[in-house]
Amino acid sequence: MTPTPKPEFSQACPIPISDYPNVVMAHGGGGRLMQQLIESIFVPTFKNDLLSQRHDGAVFSLAGQRLAFTTDSYVVQPLFFPGGDIGTLAVNGTANDLAMCGARPLYLSSGLIIEEGLPMETLWRIVQSMKQAADKAGVQLVTGDTKVVDKGKGDGIFINTAGVGVIEHNLPIGPGSVRPGDAVLLSGDIGRHGITIMSVRDGLGFETSIESDCAPLWSLVAALIDQGIEIHCLRDLTRGGLASGLNEIAQAANLPIAIDETAVPVREEVRGACEILGFDPIYVANEGRFIAFVPANQADRALGILRANPLGADASHIGTVAATTETRPIVTLKSQIGANRILDLLSGEQLPRIC
Amino acid sequence: MKFIDEYRDREGAEKCARAIARITTRPWTIMEVCGGQTHAIVKFGIDELLPKEITLVHGPGCPVCVTPLELIDKAIEIASQPGVIFCSFGDMLRVPGSKRDLLAVKSTGGDVRMVYSPLDAVKIAAENPSRQVVFFAVGFETTAPANAMAVYQARQKGIKNFSILVSHVLVPPAIEAVLSSPHNRVQGFLAAGHVCAIMGYTEYYPIAKKYHVPIVVTGFEPIDILRGVYACIQQCEQGRAEVENAYARAVQREGNEPAQKMIREVFRIIPRKWRGIGEIPQSGFGLSEAYEEFDAEKRFGVAGYTAEESSECISGLILQGVKKPGDCTAFGKKCTPEHPLGATMVSNEGACAAYYRYRR
Repeated sequence: MTPTPKPEFSQACPIPISDYPNVVMAHGGGGRLMQQLIESIFVPTFKNDLLSQRHDGAVFSLAGQRLAFTTDSYVVQPLFFPGGDIGTLAVNGTANDLAMCGARPLYLSSGLIIEEGLPMETLWRIVQSMKQAADKAGVQLVTGDTKVVDKGKGDGIFINTAGVGVIEHNLPIGPGSVRPGDAVLLSGDIGRHGITIMSVRDGLGFETSIESDCAPLWSLVAALIDQGIEIHCLRDLTRGGLASGLNEIAQAANLPIAIDETAVPVREEVRGACEILGFDPIYVANEGRFIAFVPANQADRALGILRANPLGADASHIGTVAATTETRPIVTLKSQIGANRILDLLSGEQLPRIC
Repeated sequence: MKFIDEYRDREGAEKCARAIARITTRPWTIMEVCGGQTHAIVKFGIDELLPKEITLVHGPGCPVCVTPLELIDKAIEIASQPGVIFCSFGDMLRVPGSKRDLLAVKSTGGDVRMVYSPLDAVKIAAENPSRQVVFFAVGFETTAPANAMAVYQARQKGIKNFSILVSHVLVPPAIEAVLSSPHNRVQGFLAAGHVCAIMGYTEYYPIAKKYHVPIVVTGFEPIDILRGVYACIQQCEQGRAEVENAYARAVQREGNEPAQKMIREVFRIIPRKWRGIGEIPQSGFGLSEAYEEFDAEKRFGVAGYTAEESSECISGLILQGVKKPGDCTAFGKKCTPEHPLGATMVSNEGACAAYYRYRR
């Protein structure tokens, strides 16, 4: 045995930080830290069968009718951005979580936490956006609450919405239904929402013509169901982007997924901004995109159905659920030059790099 | 996208790889110095295309990784002081100091801001005359001109509440440190294209000659890197040891002279401690005497800080190319991006972080 070579320099390593004693932004960033927070605090505390499904919402039966129930909170800055505002996000985000359960979104609640001093005109514009988005998504806003907090204790306005949807088919849509060999379809180009927000946020001023992809997704899902596609699982891609959505499903389904990077549509402007910032678009947030797991023999037909809708015009068949269960439930990605690598969760949010 | 797609073309990459295989007759160990190149190699799987005779080892060229622990502690101390606005590039915020990182300072009320340019920090200082604004000036020669410009502009505009915490390191002394190690096994270098775009490459001539080692200026896209490897292997096979430019679309022999002038105006060359390696003489920049008033270490009285680092991990060996991440027993177990034990796991561009993300 050869002895381990020693460096001529003194080795120096930092002491590990065992845990964050306070919540940091990355705990809400959709990456591994957020997953740890959910798994170490929320799931064990509230442990129940519905929560354990680890789906975008809870699915249950009431009086013989299958329903989906979900909630989400919206804290975006700036409040208005190209392609939408906090109001459109608050409606579409929650309606989309219902759609991902295969449920037709019906009713939303809205809780507004408003910071003292918010211009009344701003509030009016946001509420009008919520109304328009609700009409477009086919949901009604049926109950609400308003609180005002001291100046400096909020960021203009925070919105929470909860939603109820009805499931009018017998498909058990969820990670547990994913099967080896399933095709993975992506409903359109990725990264637009995250880059749009980044471009208008203070400190990172760059000009772009990109607009957020914020949109209601139920019409796409409904078309798939109505035309007999046997959907196994759906996941909308929000924080953490496509990579997080794929990893969540791989883990929940306990199956590996293989993706082809060249099949993932990304717009030129988004790619350019990502190159400058040192980001990978596959981790950048979206607000109107989802992945669908369908049987391989229905993939082409499902793709045709998605592409027939303007929201799904760029839909793409991006990968496959591995046919064996021998490997770990990881996501692998075939790079542009043809080599394979692991597509992992990020710790927290992507941070622009030095050079 | 122009200048991107043609350098990520699969056929082009395979063609380069075949050309490399044709000229390779025996084992060679090549070091890419820059963390950006390490990242690209692992992300695109470039090493998988190479013949098995070629080993790529990953050098000490990630500025986040090599910033010493005590400097992070100084940053955290300054950022924790009331009235301070602490500005930094994004990827420094997550790097752990002895006890916590800058994001943790932010979470307990510190005004820590991510900026994309040091000039934004000068602007913040102008807009907040009653606050002290500190910029964390980290990086190799690549970021030095912009950081120097920030200090220069602050003086021109009479902005007194601006200062920088300097942690600038230089590539040529790091290459020499690797080459002069008795355990060195590196037979050729891919020099960092971005650094050479600023500094040119004449300073590598004496190193190539003294250690009889080829040094090839190399870019960052897959085909750029493969071309750099090709040029390097060709020299190795032919027994040559020259400085060669395989990144001519961005790098000129003399570099960017106005940028160098700005560096000379504001900075001087000093010894620097490298995380995971130790002190290397004449290996970094500090503020020159004429600009000392902008030195945050002096302004905030943190100059004397030291921090003891544990010797559990092997990042020192990895930074010198003696070992690879997979050789470490803690890799992916005790040591992860959330809880890094060592320099090479803390940054995205560190070799261990890149392997963790793409190879585990």
